[in-house]
Amino acid sequence: MKYDSNAKYLKSHEWARQEGDLIVCGISDYAQDSLSDVVYVELPEVGATLASGDIFGVVESVKAASDLYLPMAGEIVEVNEALIDAPETINADPFGAGWMIKVRPSTPGEWDALLDAEAYQAAAEAE
Amino acid sequence: MAGELKRTQLYQWHVDHGGRMVPFAGWEMPVQYPTGPIEEHHITRRAAGLFDIDHMGQIVVTGVDAEAYLNRLVTWDIRSMAENEAHYALMCYDNGGIVDDVFIYRLPERWFVVVNASNLDKDVAWMQQHVDDFDVTVTDVSPETYMMALQGPQAIPLLQRLCNADLNAVPRFTAIEAKVAGIDAMIGRTGYTGEDGVELFLPAQHALTVWQAILDEGANAQIEVAPIGLAARDSLRFEPAFALYGHEINEDTTPLEANLSWACNFDSDFIGRDALLAQKAAGITKKLIGFELTERGVPREGYVVTDAGGTEIGVVVTGLYAPTVDKYCGHAFVDPAHAKVGTPLHIIIRDRPKAAVVARRPFYKPSYR
Repeated sequence: MKYDSNAKYLKSHEWARQEGDLIVCGISDYAQDSLSDVVYVELPEVGATLASGDIFGVVESVKAASDLYLPMAGEIVEVNEALIDAPETINADPFGAGWMIKVRPSTPGEWDALLDAEAYQAAAEAE
Repeated sequence: MAGELKRTQLYQWHVDHGGRMVPFAGWEMPVQYPTGPIEEHHITRRAAGLFDIDHMGQIVVTGVDAEAYLNRLVTWDIRSMAENEAHYALMCYDNGGIVDDVFIYRLPERWFVVVNASNLDKDVAWMQQHVDDFDVTVTDVSPETYMMALQGPQAIPLLQRLCNADLNAVPRFTAIEAKVAGIDAMIGRTGYTGEDGVELFLPAQHALTVWQAILDEGANAQIEVAPIGLAARDSLRFEPAFALYGHEINEDTTPLEANLSWACNFDSDFIGRDALLAQKAAGITKKLIGFELTERGVPREGYVVTDAGGTEIGVVVTGLYAPTVDKYCGHAFVDPAHAKVGTPLHIIIRDRPKAAVVARRPFYKPSYR
């Protein structure tokens, strides 16, 4: 299982990585593996403004549907449209081509409250 | 389900090969391997998939009255079956509800009935209860009989390399007794994936020998073959529109409602026939349909179906992404007024109506038809 050490995490398995003054978000390798094959993803509208912890989308695997939670409050500035036609990218490359959204954080201090890779790994493996 | 889950002889093999074990019908079975259910599905359609289905039950019926007895219990007229022929049938209650769906093999000197794991105990009890004055013996041979399936266009070429009988001389829906990898087996040219292939019945202690021999021979002969879990088994049986007990059929559903009239011979006097004939005359009030979504979304069992105007007309019983046809689709029971192919519907997915349409079944035509 891979854990991107440059990313921070929510216990609910979303990751966030800083990219300039934006954050990029997706789901972890652990999450995609637990979900099994992803067959559908629903992402928010660009321009939407959401609070941290809000549901920003849904990922559905052969097994189940899972809500996606936003790691940091802000405006959605880009979504990965390529996932709509190729949701399996989330399984193949969860930290890379499987990214889901880019957010302009409204409360940058929230970054500090996210789990680092080590703490997230411990939480995930304790599940 | 109470009590410990049962494990097949191949349990440790599955675990060692990354099988994800889940409870299923009282057994701990692999739902998938690291390959993943979608690729497992594709491997079966393009080459060969190997399935541990030992959880399924087998019941042998012998005795001078075996034919008459079994013919009373099942919807198909088994008197028309030739020796070594296999046929799908249903066992019904008096009211036409379905006890189980079964595969019947007419073997020399015995009838061999393959039943669902979840229904085995119920089926055995039902069959024992109807012995009455028939001179028959009904025996549950599941514990000593191992069942596995090899399915896909490469299944026959691969198995032929391990088998001492000419499999080309075994037509679809017949069986032969022969050796597989040196082990005595009953080979049925049957299966539940929509592909050509076989179901193997062997002495349980030889399961691992045969399983490993098939995979090794695939590697030797450069024939692609892989173990397939329950998730892919479900999508493989759905595409050709095969029923799964507990979904398309159950005790509250009749063969007429589930589009299984073809498995009933109404000239034969089987249990449930009178109720079904009465239902045929009166008309059914729910009907099994296939549907596909015309916008994106994953339908799942239990989701509500509405007409285009939003009135509830039914419920999804199987819903999935179907890999070969590359569609989000499923089976639902609906008011028969909305069952015509092309009828617009909505499936309520997490409180939101998603557009769908009644589709022609099957989604995938079996390769042997």
